[in-house]
Amino acid sequence: MIDRYVAIQTILGKVQDDDLVLSTTGMISREVFFSEDRAANFYMIGSMGLLSSFGLGLALQSPHKRVYVLEGDGSALMSLGTLPLIASERPTNLVHFILDNEAYESTGVQPSISSKVDLSEIGKSCGYAHVARVEDVEGLEGALQDNETTTGPHLIMVKVGIAPVKGIPRVSHAPTEIRDRFKSRVQSQGEGK
Amino acid sequence: MAMDPESFWAVLKARGLTFFAGVPDSTFGDGYNYMVNDPEIRYVPAVREDVALGIASAAYFSGRLGGVIMQNSGIGNIVNPLTSFNLMYKIPALIIVGWRGYGGPPNDAPEHWIMGVKTPEILSLLEVPYEIMETETLEADLDRLLGKIEQGSVPGALLVRSGMIG
Repeated sequence: MIDRYVAIQTILGKVQDDDLVLSTTGMISREVFFSEDRAANFYMIGSMGLLSSFGLGLALQSPHKRVYVLEGDGSALMSLGTLPLIASERPTNLVHFILDNEAYESTGVQPSISSKVDLSEIGKSCGYAHVARVEDVEGLEGALQDNETTTGPHLIMVKVGIAPVKGIPRVSHAPTEIRDRFKSRVQSQGEGK
Repeated sequence: MAMDPESFWAVLKARGLTFFAGVPDSTFGDGYNYMVNDPEIRYVPAVREDVALGIASAAYFSGRLGGVIMQNSGIGNIVNPLTSFNLMYKIPALIIVGWRGYGGPPNDAPEHWIMGVKTPEILSLLEVPYEIMETETLEADLDRLLGKIEQGSVPGALLVRSGMIG
Protein backbone atom coordinates (compact mmCIF):
# COMPACT_ATOMS: atom_id res chain seq x y z
CA MET A 1 0.00 0.00 0.00
CA ILE A 2 1.18 3.49 -0.83
CA ASP A 3 -0.16 6.90 0.16
CA ARG A 4 -2.12 8.34 -2.74
CA TYR A 5 -0.33 11.66 -2.49
CA VAL A 6 3.00 9.85 -2.84
CA ALA A 7 1.61 7.94 -5.83
CA ILE A 8 0.51 11.20 -7.44
CA GLN A 9 3.90 12.78 -6.82
CA THR A 10 5.61 9.73 -8.31
CA ILE A 11 3.41 9.88 -11.41
CA LEU A 12 3.85 13.64 -11.82
CA GLY A 13 7.60 13.13 -11.53
CA LYS A 14 7.45 11.21 -14.82
CA VAL A 15 5.28 13.75 -16.61
CA GLN A 16 6.99 15.71 -19.39
CA ASP A 17 6.26 19.37 -20.07
CA ASP A 18 4.06 18.64 -23.07
CA ASP A 19 2.04 15.88 -21.42
CA LEU A 20 -1.58 16.54 -20.52
CA VAL A 21 -2.69 15.55 -17.02
CA LEU A 22 -6.37 15.14 -16.19
CA SER A 23 -7.59 14.57 -12.66
CA THR A 24 -10.98 13.58 -11.33
CA THR A 25 -13.27 15.39 -8.94
CA GLY A 26 -12.54 15.53 -5.22
CA MET A 27 -9.28 14.86 -3.44
CA ILE A 28 -7.38 13.59 -6.47
CA SER A 29 -7.63 16.95 -8.26
CA ARG A 30 -6.75 18.73 -5.05
CA GLU A 31 -3.69 16.56 -4.54
CA VAL A 32 -2.53 17.04 -8.13
CA PHE A 33 -3.06 20.80 -7.76
CA PHE A 34 -1.17 20.84 -4.46
CA SER A 35 1.61 18.63 -5.77
CA GLU A 36 2.31 20.46 -9.01
CA ASP A 37 -0.03 23.02 -10.50
CA ARG A 38 0.62 23.37 -14.24
CA ALA A 39 -1.28 24.82 -17.19
CA ALA A 40 -1.38 21.41 -18.86
CA ASN A 41 -3.36 20.02 -15.92
CA PHE A 42 -7.12 19.81 -16.28
CA TYR A 43 -8.86 19.58 -12.91
CA MET A 44 -12.30 18.13 -13.49
CA ILE A 45 -13.77 19.48 -10.29
CA GLY A 46 -17.27 18.12 -10.96
CA SER A 47 -18.86 15.45 -13.14
CA MET A 48 -17.70 12.33 -11.35
CA GLY A 49 -17.14 9.52 -13.83
CA LEU A 50 -16.69 11.76 -16.87
CA LEU A 51 -12.92 12.10 -16.77
CA SER A 52 -12.00 8.94 -18.69
CA SER A 53 -14.38 9.88 -21.52
CA PHE A 54 -12.86 13.35 -21.75
CA GLY A 55 -9.39 11.77 -21.68
CA LEU A 56 -10.32 9.41 -24.48
CA GLY A 57 -11.54 12.32 -26.59
CA LEU A 58 -8.35 14.29 -25.95
CA ALA A 59 -6.14 11.31 -26.74
CA LEU A 60 -7.95 10.81 -30.06
CA GLN A 61 -7.86 14.52 -30.88
CA SER A 62 -4.21 14.96 -29.94
CA PRO A 63 -2.47 11.71 -30.89
CA HIS A 64 0.97 13.27 -30.48
CA LYS A 65 0.39 14.28 -26.88
CA ARG A 66 0.56 11.86 -24.01
CA VAL A 67 -2.63 12.03 -21.96
CA TYR A 68 -2.56 11.01 -18.30
CA VAL A 69 -5.93 10.28 -16.70
CA LEU A 70 -5.90 10.14 -12.89
CA GLU A 71 -9.08 8.89 -11.34
CA GLY A 72 -10.21 6.87 -8.36
CA ASP A 73 -11.97 3.55 -7.96
CA GLY A 74 -15.28 5.32 -7.38
CA SER A 75 -15.17 7.28 -10.62
CA ALA A 76 -13.87 4.27 -12.58
CA LEU A 77 -16.77 2.19 -11.27
CA MET A 78 -19.22 4.96 -12.08
CA SER A 79 -18.21 4.90 -15.74
CA LEU A 80 -17.08 1.30 -16.06
CA GLY A 81 -18.34 1.11 -19.65
CA THR A 82 -15.65 3.56 -20.68
CA LEU A 83 -12.96 0.94 -20.00
CA PRO A 84 -13.92 -1.33 -22.91
CA LEU A 85 -14.55 1.77 -25.03
CA ILE A 86 -10.99 3.00 -24.44
CA ALA A 87 -9.64 -0.48 -25.08
CA SER A 88 -11.58 -0.77 -28.33
CA GLU A 89 -10.55 2.69 -29.57
CA ARG A 90 -6.93 1.90 -28.67
CA PRO A 91 -5.42 5.37 -28.21
CA THR A 92 -1.75 4.46 -27.78
CA ASN A 93 -1.03 7.81 -26.06
CA LEU A 94 -3.48 7.32 -23.18
CA VAL A 95 -2.20 6.42 -19.72
CA HIS A 96 -5.10 5.64 -17.42
CA PHE A 97 -4.47 5.48 -13.69
CA ILE A 98 -6.94 4.14 -11.17
CA LEU A 99 -5.84 5.20 -7.70
CA ASP A 100 -7.76 2.57 -5.80
CA ASN A 101 -8.30 3.24 -2.11
CA GLU A 102 -11.43 1.10 -1.98
CA ALA A 103 -13.40 4.08 -0.72
CA TYR A 104 -15.18 7.31 -1.52
CA GLU A 105 -12.63 9.27 0.44
CA SER A 106 -13.70 12.75 -0.65
CA THR A 107 -17.19 12.30 0.78
CA GLY A 108 -16.09 10.77 4.08
CA VAL A 109 -14.35 7.43 3.37
CA GLN A 110 -17.45 5.36 2.64
CA PRO A 111 -16.43 1.91 1.31
CA SER A 112 -16.56 1.18 -2.43
CA ILE A 113 -16.89 -2.29 -3.96
CA SER A 114 -13.35 -2.29 -5.35
CA SER A 115 -12.15 -4.23 -2.31
CA LYS A 116 -14.11 -7.14 -3.76
CA VAL A 117 -13.59 -6.52 -7.48
CA ASP A 118 -10.16 -6.21 -9.09
CA LEU A 119 -10.41 -3.31 -11.54
CA SER A 120 -7.09 -4.21 -13.18
CA GLU A 121 -8.51 -7.61 -14.12
CA ILE A 122 -11.45 -5.82 -15.70
CA GLY A 123 -8.98 -3.66 -17.64
CA LYS A 124 -7.18 -6.77 -18.84
CA SER A 125 -10.35 -8.45 -20.03
CA CYS A 126 -11.40 -5.22 -21.76
CA GLY A 127 -8.20 -5.40 -23.78
CA TYR A 128 -5.99 -2.53 -22.62
CA ALA A 129 -2.67 -3.07 -24.37
CA HIS A 130 -0.72 -2.74 -21.11
CA VAL A 131 -2.13 -3.34 -17.64
CA ALA A 132 -0.26 -3.13 -14.36
CA ARG A 133 -1.41 -3.57 -10.78
CA VAL A 134 0.99 -2.04 -8.28
CA GLU A 135 1.02 -1.66 -4.52
CA ASP A 136 4.21 0.24 -3.73
CA VAL A 137 6.43 3.01 -5.06
CA GLU A 138 8.88 0.56 -6.66
CA GLY A 139 6.05 -1.17 -8.47
CA LEU A 140 4.63 2.14 -9.65
CA GLU A 141 8.02 3.30 -10.89
CA GLY A 142 8.41 0.01 -12.73
CA ALA A 143 5.01 0.38 -14.37
CA LEU A 144 5.82 3.96 -15.39
CA GLN A 145 9.07 2.70 -16.88
CA ASP A 146 7.18 0.00 -18.77
CA ASN A 147 5.00 2.72 -20.29
CA GLU A 148 8.05 3.83 -22.26
CA THR A 149 8.64 0.44 -23.82
CA THR A 150 5.10 -0.82 -24.31
CA THR A 151 2.31 0.49 -26.45
CA GLY A 152 -0.88 1.97 -25.01
CA PRO A 153 -3.56 2.34 -23.98
CA HIS A 154 -2.07 1.75 -20.55
CA LEU A 155 -4.04 0.99 -17.42
CA ILE A 156 -2.17 1.26 -14.16
CA MET A 157 -4.06 0.44 -11.02
CA VAL A 158 -2.37 1.64 -7.87
CA LYS A 159 -3.57 0.30 -4.55
CA VAL A 160 -3.42 3.32 -2.27
CA GLY A 161 -4.16 3.93 1.38
CA ILE A 162 -6.32 6.46 3.14
CA ALA A 163 -3.89 9.17 4.21
CA PRO A 164 -5.45 12.61 3.90
CA VAL A 165 -3.09 15.51 3.30
CA LYS A 166 -3.68 17.96 6.13
CA GLY A 167 -4.86 21.42 5.15
CA ILE A 168 -4.96 20.57 1.45
CA PRO A 169 -6.42 23.50 -0.50
CA ARG A 170 -9.18 23.35 -3.08
CA VAL A 171 -8.26 24.11 -6.66
CA SER A 172 -8.20 27.91 -6.58
CA HIS A 173 -8.41 28.64 -10.31
CA ALA A 174 -11.74 29.59 -11.83
CA PRO A 175 -13.16 26.91 -14.16
CA THR A 176 -12.75 29.07 -17.27
CA GLU A 177 -9.16 29.78 -16.27
CA ILE A 178 -8.46 26.03 -15.99
CA ARG A 179 -10.07 25.66 -19.41
CA ASP A 180 -8.18 28.45 -21.15
CA ARG A 181 -4.70 27.65 -19.98
CA PHE A 182 -5.27 23.96 -20.65
CA LYS A 183 -6.54 24.73 -24.15
CA SER A 184 -3.41 26.71 -24.93
CA ARG A 185 -1.30 23.75 -23.84
CA VAL A 186 -3.30 21.27 -25.92
CA GLN A 187 -2.63 23.42 -28.95
CA SER A 188 1.02 24.14 -28.21
CA GLN A 189 3.92 22.31 -29.82
CA GLY A 190 6.97 22.02 -27.60
CA GLU A 191 8.37 24.31 -24.90
CA GLY A 192 6.67 25.65 -21.79
CA LYS A 193 4.96 24.09 -18.82
CA MET B 1 -40.21 15.44 -46.93
CA ALA B 2 -37.19 13.66 -45.55
CA MET B 3 -33.69 14.88 -46.24
CA ASP B 4 -31.26 12.33 -47.63
CA PRO B 5 -28.40 11.44 -45.25
CA GLU B 6 -25.71 12.66 -47.62
CA SER B 7 -27.22 16.14 -47.79
CA PHE B 8 -27.74 16.28 -44.03
CA TRP B 9 -24.15 15.39 -43.23
CA ALA B 10 -22.83 17.64 -45.99
CA VAL B 11 -24.40 20.60 -44.17
CA LEU B 12 -22.67 19.60 -40.93
CA LYS B 13 -19.32 18.82 -42.51
CA ALA B 14 -19.35 22.16 -44.34
CA ARG B 15 -19.38 23.77 -40.89
CA GLY B 16 -16.37 21.81 -39.68
CA LEU B 17 -18.31 19.22 -37.74
CA THR B 18 -16.43 15.98 -38.32
CA PHE B 19 -15.79 14.63 -34.80
CA PHE B 20 -18.77 12.85 -33.26
CA ALA B 21 -19.54 10.47 -30.44
CA GLY B 22 -22.91 9.05 -29.58
CA VAL B 23 -25.49 6.37 -29.09
CA PRO B 24 -27.75 5.32 -31.99
CA ASP B 25 -31.39 6.23 -32.37
CA SER B 26 -33.91 5.04 -34.94
CA THR B 27 -35.06 8.64 -35.47
CA PHE B 28 -32.03 9.23 -37.69
CA GLY B 29 -32.87 6.29 -39.92
CA ASP B 30 -30.13 5.74 -42.48
CA GLY B 31 -28.55 8.99 -41.32
CA TYR B 32 -26.78 7.22 -38.48
CA ASN B 33 -25.29 4.48 -40.63
CA TYR B 34 -24.24 7.05 -43.21
CA MET B 35 -22.24 8.93 -40.55
CA VAL B 36 -20.61 5.77 -39.20
CA ASN B 37 -19.42 4.84 -42.69
CA ASP B 38 -18.36 8.33 -43.77
CA PRO B 39 -14.54 8.43 -43.92
CA GLU B 40 -14.63 12.20 -43.42
CA ILE B 41 -16.24 11.79 -40.00
CA ARG B 42 -14.42 10.39 -36.96
CA TYR B 43 -17.09 8.71 -34.91
CA VAL B 44 -16.70 7.11 -31.47
CA PRO B 45 -19.53 4.72 -30.55
CA ALA B 46 -19.92 5.78 -26.94
CA VAL B 47 -21.48 3.45 -24.39
CA ARG B 48 -23.69 6.14 -22.93
CA GLU B 49 -24.70 9.72 -23.66
CA ASP B 50 -22.57 11.28 -20.92
CA VAL B 51 -19.56 9.39 -22.24
CA ALA B 52 -20.33 10.75 -25.72
CA LEU B 53 -20.46 14.30 -24.40
CA GLY B 54 -17.17 13.88 -22.56
CA ILE B 55 -15.47 12.60 -25.71
CA ALA B 56 -16.97 15.22 -28.03
CA SER B 57 -16.09 18.06 -25.65
CA ALA B 58 -12.41 17.34 -26.16
CA ALA B 59 -12.62 18.77 -29.69
CA TYR B 60 -13.03 22.28 -28.27
CA PHE B 61 -9.49 22.14 -26.91
CA SER B 62 -8.15 21.54 -30.41
CA GLY B 63 -10.02 24.59 -31.64
CA ARG B 64 -12.88 22.58 -33.13
CA LEU B 65 -16.49 21.85 -32.27
CA GLY B 66 -17.38 18.28 -31.36
CA GLY B 67 -20.73 16.66 -31.87
CA VAL B 68 -22.91 14.23 -29.94
CA ILE B 69 -25.66 12.17 -31.53
CA MET B 70 -28.22 10.59 -29.24
CA GLN B 71 -31.85 9.87 -28.40
CA ASN B 72 -33.73 12.24 -26.09
CA SER B 73 -34.24 9.46 -23.54
CA GLY B 74 -30.53 9.95 -22.76
CA ILE B 75 -30.92 13.61 -21.79
CA GLY B 76 -31.08 12.53 -18.16
CA ASN B 77 -27.65 10.97 -18.55
CA ILE B 78 -26.09 14.28 -19.60
CA VAL B 79 -27.59 16.55 -16.95
CA ASN B 80 -24.63 16.19 -14.60
CA PRO B 81 -21.96 16.64 -17.32
CA LEU B 82 -23.87 19.67 -18.57
CA THR B 83 -24.23 21.36 -15.19
CA SER B 84 -20.84 20.55 -13.67
CA PHE B 85 -18.67 20.33 -16.79
CA ASN B 86 -19.82 21.93 -20.05
CA LEU B 87 -21.91 24.79 -18.62
CA MET B 88 -19.49 25.40 -15.76
CA TYR B 89 -16.25 25.44 -17.78
CA LYS B 90 -18.07 26.87 -20.80
CA ILE B 91 -17.15 24.06 -23.16
CA PRO B 92 -19.33 24.02 -26.28
CA ALA B 93 -20.58 21.07 -28.33
CA LEU B 94 -23.35 20.37 -30.80
CA ILE B 95 -25.81 17.77 -29.53
CA ILE B 96 -28.02 16.21 -32.19
CA VAL B 97 -31.01 14.74 -30.39
CA GLY B 98 -33.49 12.31 -31.85
CA TRP B 99 -36.85 13.49 -30.56
CA ARG B 100 -38.77 10.36 -29.66
CA GLY B 101 -42.31 10.78 -28.33
CA TYR B 102 -42.72 14.11 -30.08
CA GLY B 103 -46.17 15.48 -29.28
CA GLY B 104 -46.68 13.11 -26.36
CA PRO B 105 -49.16 10.23 -26.24
CA PRO B 106 -50.29 8.41 -28.28
CA ASN B 107 -47.26 9.10 -30.48
CA ASP B 108 -44.38 6.62 -30.29
CA ALA B 109 -43.95 4.04 -27.50
CA PRO B 110 -45.03 4.69 -23.88
CA GLU B 111 -41.44 4.96 -22.61
CA HIS B 112 -41.01 8.06 -24.79
CA TRP B 113 -44.19 9.89 -23.83
CA ILE B 114 -42.96 11.86 -20.84
CA MET B 115 -39.55 12.79 -22.24
CA GLY B 116 -41.21 13.49 -25.56
CA VAL B 117 -43.15 16.30 -23.93
CA LYS B 118 -40.43 17.43 -21.52
CA THR B 119 -37.47 17.56 -23.90
CA PRO B 120 -37.62 21.29 -24.75
CA GLU B 121 -38.50 22.19 -21.15
CA ILE B 122 -35.51 20.36 -19.72
CA LEU B 123 -33.16 22.04 -22.18
CA SER B 124 -34.69 25.44 -21.41
CA LEU B 125 -34.41 24.82 -17.68
CA LEU B 126 -30.71 24.12 -18.09
CA GLU B 127 -30.36 27.12 -20.41
CA VAL B 128 -29.10 24.92 -23.21
CA PRO B 129 -30.06 26.56 -26.50
CA TYR B 130 -31.86 24.39 -29.04
CA GLU B 131 -33.38 24.52 -32.47
CA ILE B 132 -35.99 22.22 -33.96
CA MET B 133 -34.79 20.98 -37.32
CA GLU B 134 -36.91 21.53 -40.39
CA THR B 135 -35.66 19.94 -43.59
CA GLU B 136 -36.35 23.04 -45.67
CA THR B 137 -34.44 25.35 -43.33
CA LEU B 138 -31.74 23.10 -41.87
CA GLU B 139 -28.87 25.41 -42.80
CA ALA B 140 -30.50 28.48 -41.28
CA ASP B 141 -31.63 26.52 -38.19
CA LEU B 142 -28.17 25.12 -37.69
CA ASP B 143 -26.39 28.42 -38.24
CA ARG B 144 -28.66 30.10 -35.71
CA LEU B 145 -27.87 27.35 -33.22
CA LEU B 146 -24.14 27.42 -33.92
CA GLY B 147 -24.26 31.17 -33.35
CA LYS B 148 -25.76 30.66 -29.90
CA ILE B 149 -23.25 27.90 -29.13
CA GLU B 150 -20.35 30.16 -30.07
CA GLN B 151 -21.74 33.23 -28.35
CA GLY B 152 -22.37 31.47 -25.05
CA SER B 153 -19.54 28.93 -25.43
CA VAL B 154 -22.08 26.31 -24.33
CA PRO B 155 -23.54 23.12 -25.78
CA GLY B 156 -26.59 23.48 -27.98
CA ALA B 157 -29.09 20.91 -29.20
CA LEU B 158 -30.54 20.27 -32.63
CA LEU B 159 -33.83 18.44 -32.12
CA VAL B 160 -34.57 16.02 -34.93
CA ARG B 161 -38.05 14.54 -35.25
CA SER B 162 -38.88 11.24 -36.88
CA GLY B 163 -38.94 11.34 -40.66
CA MET B 164 -36.60 14.32 -41.04
CA ILE B 165 -33.67 12.25 -42.31
CA GLY B 166 -34.06 9.13 -44.37
